[in-house]
Amino acid sequence: MLVDLLIILGTILLVFIAVLTGMAYLTYFERKVLARMQSRIGPNRTGPLGLLQPVADGVKLLTKEGSLPAKADKAVFLIAPVMVFVPALLAWAAIPFGPGFTAFGRQIGMRIADLNVGLIYILAMGSIGVYGIVMAGWASNNKYALLGGLRSSAQVISYEATLGLSLIGVLLMAGSLNLSEIVAAQQGTYFGLIPRWFVLPQILGFAVFLVSAIAETNRPPFDLPEAESELVAGFHVEYGGFGFAMFFLAEYISMLAISALASTVFLGGWLGPSIPLLPDALEGIFWFSAKMAIFIFFYFWLRATLPRFRYDQLMSLCWKIMLPVALLNIVLTGIIKLAL
Amino acid sequence: MSARYDIHDLQEQEMVLNMGPQHPSTHGVLRVVLNLNGENVRKAVPYIGYLHRGTEKLAEVRKYYQTLPYTDRMDYLAAPSNNLGYVQAVEKLLGIEEDVPDRARYMRVLMAELARIASHLVWLGTHALDIGALSLFLYCFRERELINDMFEKYCGARLTTSMMRVGGMPAELPEGWVQMLEDFLGIMPERIDEYENLLTENPIWIRRTQGVGVVSPEDAVSLGLTGPCVRGSGVNYDVRRARPYQVYDRLEFDVPLATEGDVFSRYQVRVAEMRQSLRILRQALDQMPEGPWVAELPDYVLPSKVDAMTSIEGQTRHFVLTIHGYKAPPGEVYKAVEGPKGELGYYIVSDGDSKAYRMHVRAPSYYNLAALPLMCENRPVQDVVAVIGSLDIVLGEVDR
Repeated sequence: MLVDLLIILGTILLVFIAVLTGMAYLTYFERKVLARMQSRIGPNRTGPLGLLQPVADGVKLLTKEGSLPAKADKAVFLIAPVMVFVPALLAWAAIPFGPGFTAFGRQIGMRIADLNVGLIYILAMGSIGVYGIVMAGWASNNKYALLGGLRSSAQVISYEATLGLSLIGVLLMAGSLNLSEIVAAQQGTYFGLIPRWFVLPQILGFAVFLVSAIAETNRPPFDLPEAESELVAGFHVEYGGFGFAMFFLAEYISMLAISALASTVFLGGWLGPSIPLLPDALEGIFWFSAKMAIFIFFYFWLRATLPRFRYDQLMSLCWKIMLPVALLNIVLTGIIKLAL
Repeated sequence: MSARYDIHDLQEQEMVLNMGPQHPSTHGVLRVVLNLNGENVRKAVPYIGYLHRGTEKLAEVRKYYQTLPYTDRMDYLAAPSNNLGYVQAVEKLLGIEEDVPDRARYMRVLMAELARIASHLVWLGTHALDIGALSLFLYCFRERELINDMFEKYCGARLTTSMMRVGGMPAELPEGWVQMLEDFLGIMPERIDEYENLLTENPIWIRRTQGVGVVSPEDAVSLGLTGPCVRGSGVNYDVRRARPYQVYDRLEFDVPLATEGDVFSRYQVRVAEMRQSLRILRQALDQMPEGPWVAELPDYVLPSKVDAMTSIEGQTRHFVLTIHGYKAPPGEVYKAVEGPKGELGYYIVSDGDSKAYRMHVRAPSYYNLAALPLMCENRPVQDVVAVIGSLDIVLGEVDR
């Protein structure tokens, strides 16, 4: 009993440490990648190769004095960052990192909780975050923040619909909402060569998912809620120090989470060719991180390349293009599933 | 907290959003008051004057040669164009236009065209940044750096150059300068292609810019728009063609035009202008004759340093010119150049003193800004940023 409890606590601790460090170095990675794409150098002063930069940033953000606007709705203003941060972190509870292994005579899964509604749980956590954004936009009593909050609510709610619909094809194929089972359904190869990852049969769903995921996490080219050049910083314009850090962390953690979801659902999660001399568990983590890194890199690449959408164009893209494509994908998957 | 609301008490009212003067996309200290209905702009009113330094008034208490450095600080992104406009006006007032040697004229054209490219690079970078394309900003500034290096090599200053003199240029081109320009001409066409690869056919860029901030040719003319803003609407007006100055009549170049009058048209015109400027630079460099770079006019031109230091006549002349300046005959002149932003004109009235009685600068940005309310009306708030960017205003010039 005690061992079970320790194992659970241990996994939670490990996952949180992994996510938070991963997130910190994500900012470093982003700055380096962007710098390379923009013919600059990027952070290189703090520690060797600038590797201590995230630590310095963290210390700076957390030791700064937060300010509370005089006319803000104080309670809501203070709760909002938490409302964004906590769900972003909670989403990680359902994501499987690897196939699991046996120790202490028990089967240990490499995840916090093996939820049989894992997929829906992650989507649900993603949608709670938007409340925090709307609350921040409203409570700041700032017109730019309000506009940012309004944009965000419209954008996130619209793209959540397409995000959810794009995953239904996967559900039809895997027949389960449990993420581990979705990964297990992707085992094996077509013709002994091409992996049976869902990205190939679900290519339409994958495309819709990718676009919706970027919009869902407010990343360029869909970063309208915090468009710096228009809304100054959008919903978090009045936040500084710790409050700002929470929004910032939440954005990057969501980005990681959505990449993790994409790798799990479309790219076969921890599955990959076996690597000699590496235990199965580490191998799973390696492939899982490698697949996530591809998505993350894609995020950065878009940020360096594309201009920002306009609000009405963003909406028409969602409702006029993404939604019909997602529905078409469901119908096609259903027909094929019936035919086979 | 038991306020009760009745649906009939709710009023539909516009939200007034104060954009600027501290806003990342108003390009300095422009303040625009927007009346918003949701995200739609009902009315946009620009307020200016935050960078007013009284340049025109200062010109009334400074001698002609002392006013030159003030002109740098108007359109600080293209100081040589301002210098050129000013010295041309003074030369016309003094009646010494014909005495300026050919080499100086070509050098002036070189500098003015480099300034045009530099200004357009800053415009392109910041305009793209406003619309969200991050990287272009750094690419443009990378190339602008090369131009700034050339200015620095020639006159020691990178931004506020003050690099022209009444009667010619202050110095010969330093050794290696021509090579710098050759290198620049070698790489620049590829770099412009690179910018265009990122934007011209980018669907998001096209959606954000096409049909946005449209101004009809009639409106453009009646509002007094000049430069790329009026050429984007299809009006063929370029001071270099309409009233050629310096040696522009000997150079071959096209005046790029676009027809739609929207943000995208102005983008196309400016990018094409950069290519034309490269053409002009190439020809000017090839045609530039050897010879003196400043006119032989002891009454207006400072003696060389050697002369001033070694001969009594030279030293006397140096002192007289710096202390008393030179008197201009009574009269009034208007002389314009095609600056990067449009027609940049200097109107000087002289009462026969060594200072201007009155100087007025026709700053293109000021007139171009007048089109902002028209362009923003009934557009989403995001378009305001795109429109301000496409007008390419410099507040130093608007407020003067």
